[in-house]
Amino acid sequence: MSLLTVAGLTVRDQAGRALVDDVSFAVAAGDRAGLIGESGSGKSLTALAVTGLLPPGLTATGEVRLDGVDMIRAPEKHRTATRGPVAAIVFQEPLTALDPLMTAGRQIAGPLRRLHRLRGAGLRAAVNDALDEVRLTDTDRIANSYPHQLSGGQRQRVAIAMALACRPRLLIADEPTTALDVTVQAEILDLLDRLVETRGTALLFITHDLPVAARVTRDTHVMRNGQIVESGPIADVIAHPSHPYTKTLVESARRFDAALERTARD
Amino acid sequence: MTDPIIEASKVGFTYRGGKPVLNDVDLAVHPGQNVALVGESGAGKTTLLRLLLGLASPTDGTIRFDGTPLTRTRLRDYRRAVQAVFQDPYSSLDPRHRIGRIVAEPLRGLGLGTDPAKVAAALEAVGLPADTATRYPHEFSGGQRQRIAIARAIVGNPRLLLADEPVSALDLTTRVRIVDLLGSLCADRGLTILLVSHDLGVVAELCQHTAVLEHGRLVEQGPTSQVLGEPSHPYTRRLLESVPRLPQ
Repeated sequence: MSLLTVAGLTVRDQAGRALVDDVSFAVAAGDRAGLIGESGSGKSLTALAVTGLLPPGLTATGEVRLDGVDMIRAPEKHRTATRGPVAAIVFQEPLTALDPLMTAGRQIAGPLRRLHRLRGAGLRAAVNDALDEVRLTDTDRIANSYPHQLSGGQRQRVAIAMALACRPRLLIADEPTTALDVTVQAEILDLLDRLVETRGTALLFITHDLPVAARVTRDTHVMRNGQIVESGPIADVIAHPSHPYTKTLVESARRFDAALERTARD
Repeated sequence: MTDPIIEASKVGFTYRGGKPVLNDVDLAVHPGQNVALVGESGAGKTTLLRLLLGLASPTDGTIRFDGTPLTRTRLRDYRRAVQAVFQDPYSSLDPRHRIGRIVAEPLRGLGLGTDPAKVAAALEAVGLPADTATRYPHEFSGGQRQRIAIARAIVGNPRLLLADEPVSALDLTTRVRIVDLLGSLCADRGLTILLVSHDLGVVAELCQHTAVLEHGRLVEQGPTSQVLGEPSHPYTRRLLESVPRLPQ
């Protein structure tokens, strides 16, 4: 059985409009899947529905099973117990995802304290390990810093450290590099790549950026207007897009690639 | 080569009580030669753009407009020749005003008269229907809003457009259309663009000249094909290597 199975997932707003429409896909343990789509395609709502975090006013129907737990109908208590140990999320904007009133160290300690029942020296060591793993080697300074005292790249590393601290089996990353500079983006992608590889963590990577998706995912689902319009191994989808929308996406990305290639040739 | 429209010579800038954010910057924009200013957060791109817009004065060096220093008394002439488009199309349009009024704003501010025909022509030039003028910003998508911001910038027929990351908040497919629009405005209206961007693909598509800013200094500048084709500075090489590309 897959770690995550989504079947016929539909998310409606209060007016009954389908924002996510009959979406089905699966992520097996250790897999790397991508949800690709532009603004309003429903990719982020899909991620929230998968983790049972939909905002009030939106209702999900269909089937979402995360490690066997029904994330739509199970009681809140069971869903909360599944997030964290099974699936953790990294969001786009680390400045709003991190608590501005709490040091980075305390935020990373939160899940370790709660789920692994660590205290005192053991907890401090675990926080340092988590920071080391995301290559924040200046551990003491980072652990004692508030989010506003860190750079965008450092904040996103802290968010990743927090998400991975309790060794989830699935990491959901929702546009984790969109707010970052391109050189920092490259570092964070390398980091995610290495972490999910060495730990066998499954990855559900959500992005509007096709070249970024090509860099980190294997299977991909292209979303538009709440529906999946095309699925398949990302190399095939890029080489032979079958849906007109996917073709437009690939052509758009190729345009800028080609412009850069031309400068190298001239 | 023709005389530059604007030229920064040995420009430095320090915020009060802070460290210098710009050092010894030499940059000229010649008519018909789009210039890209490339660099990452904190490199000083936006500060340099503010100086070039006349929103702040350099602490060192001079900024010349048509060959003579840019002073407060010349700002009105300057604004007729130089307009700006910003990154976030959601914050750059006043939500309380109709599009017609938003687009006509430079005309009013510069005493060019509020001829609705000019507004209609600007909206048409950016590919928006004439009835756009009677609607409000919230009725439009990000790409459409950026078209409105561009219409506002070009309504008074400026010579130079300073564009601060004009497409980085947009989806990829929308980005292609706005880049096409900017390219056609340069070709059809003799507009020149100074583009601030971290997206090297967009830079390669639109700009003939590229300047790379790192920690407040220009580390490399020249023809785009040379700077991006054979980068000589390690930082430029690192930027280029970081650009994610599709597998062939």
